[in-house]
Amino acid sequence: MAFMDRAVRRVLLGEIAQGLALTFQYMFRPKVTLNYPYEKGPLSPRFRGEHALRRYPNGEERCIACKLCEAICPAQATTIEAEPREDGSRRTTRYDIDMTKCIYCGFCEEACPVDAIVEGPNFEFATETREELFYNKEKLLANGDRWEAQIAANIAADAPYR
Amino acid sequence: MLWTDYAWPTIVIVLQIMAIIVPLLVAVAYLTYAERKVMGAMQMRQGPMTVGPFGLLQPLADGLKLLTKETIIPSGSSRLVFVLAPMMTFFLSLVAWAVIPFDDGMVLADINVGVLYLFAISSLGVYGIIMAGWASNSKYAFLGALRSAAQMVSYEVSIGLVMITVLLVVGSLNLTDVVTAERPLLIQILLLPMLVIFFVSTLAETNRHPFDLPEGESEITGGFMVEYSSMTYALFFLGEYANMILMSAMTTILFLGGWLPPFGLDIPPLNWIPGPIWFAAKIALCLFVFIWVRATLPRFRYDQLMRLGWKVFLPISLLWVVLISGLLVAFDWLPA
Repeated sequence: MAFMDRAVRRVLLGEIAQGLALTFQYMFRPKVTLNYPYEKGPLSPRFRGEHALRRYPNGEERCIACKLCEAICPAQATTIEAEPREDGSRRTTRYDIDMTKCIYCGFCEEACPVDAIVEGPNFEFATETREELFYNKEKLLANGDRWEAQIAANIAADAPYR
Repeated sequence: MLWTDYAWPTIVIVLQIMAIIVPLLVAVAYLTYAERKVMGAMQMRQGPMTVGPFGLLQPLADGLKLLTKETIIPSGSSRLVFVLAPMMTFFLSLVAWAVIPFDDGMVLADINVGVLYLFAISSLGVYGIIMAGWASNSKYAFLGALRSAAQMVSYEVSIGLVMITVLLVVGSLNLTDVVTAERPLLIQILLLPMLVIFFVSTLAETNRHPFDLPEGESEITGGFMVEYSSMTYALFFLGEYANMILMSAMTTILFLGGWLPPFGLDIPPLNWIPGPIWFAAKIALCLFVFIWVRATLPRFRYDQLMRLGWKVFLPISLLWVVLISGLLVAFDWLPA
């Protein structure tokens, strides 16, 4: 009988009809598409995007050239040179990140004792040439100024879990 | 004399041809759009949305893109055949429309062997593909062409037998007569399984899913189309979609009653709608099923394809020829 049952089902295209019915139902389900450039998905406060160098509220740059980020960087994307400034404080003269080497692991951000280098919420920094992705100190500080509000909010949001 | 006998009829014919081909090409363009939209909806996506309102200009953008690209002819290819193949595919998909009746008497060539003509033209379609596969001088293209040849030959047999059953009932090879002929109710019910077999065979004949082995993106990249680019590729594409519409038109004429209102309901609200609109609506229904099946079923394995063609469809359709002709003789329903 099982054989008969299967044979009849096959001849009447039972399973194909079931499949067709399923796709037909799905046709009227709400669409899950996110119209990307116009709509964006939510990001975690821990999202690791484009790097930024932050400043204190008085405008002084946070980085004290301890080079912990350079030391921990697994991709060796960071290059730092430093010498004492006229007022005697330690500051970097060069802070480069090769964004083509960076693996966005977030170790630099973890290593930083003063929350100077952070990975911000920006992930739309594609460029037309490779050279534009070799970030220098100027670019990183500019990023910090541009995204500061959001970066500060993200750090505050994540603070209770650290 | 010269004017009335030759020039004027030629102009009229050319205009009639244009009146068929231009709407057909527009239909092909928007069939690709409809396919992407329907498939998108069935996969809970949106489909094209950016070019124009609701992405309605997407087919135009695609066409322009293909036109402006460079036609690459592989150095190892047989140039003449390579260029001829897509032209042939496209040309054959258009030529068949000459005998399709859009309404009572609205047909370019009302020949009395219309079904034979259609069958001949659709069988020739395989030549374009074989030529493409051979001329490309590429392994994938050749494999695709071989698959296509075997597949189309197998399914043409059952298409032929299905046509014979319909022709036995109708008693004419003229497509207008096929639509208007009286069919006894019992025979109509018995023709339903033939409709299914015919439709599945047209899926195989047009190399559509789930029988798209000649293209077989995941196995042989693009099959016979791998080496083609730009306009030569576009011609294959247009040919494939025009063939889909043609096969839907054939299904409509043979089984769904052509330009007549559905289920023989010749009553006021339905028969106010002009014939060509019913015809187009029925074709659209068939095309929707083409797309629906594509969104539902995975590709057949090659041996499954051959088994279905030779060991299932061929015996059933042969049996049906015998059954229907027996009934026709027994009840004396044979058309005069």
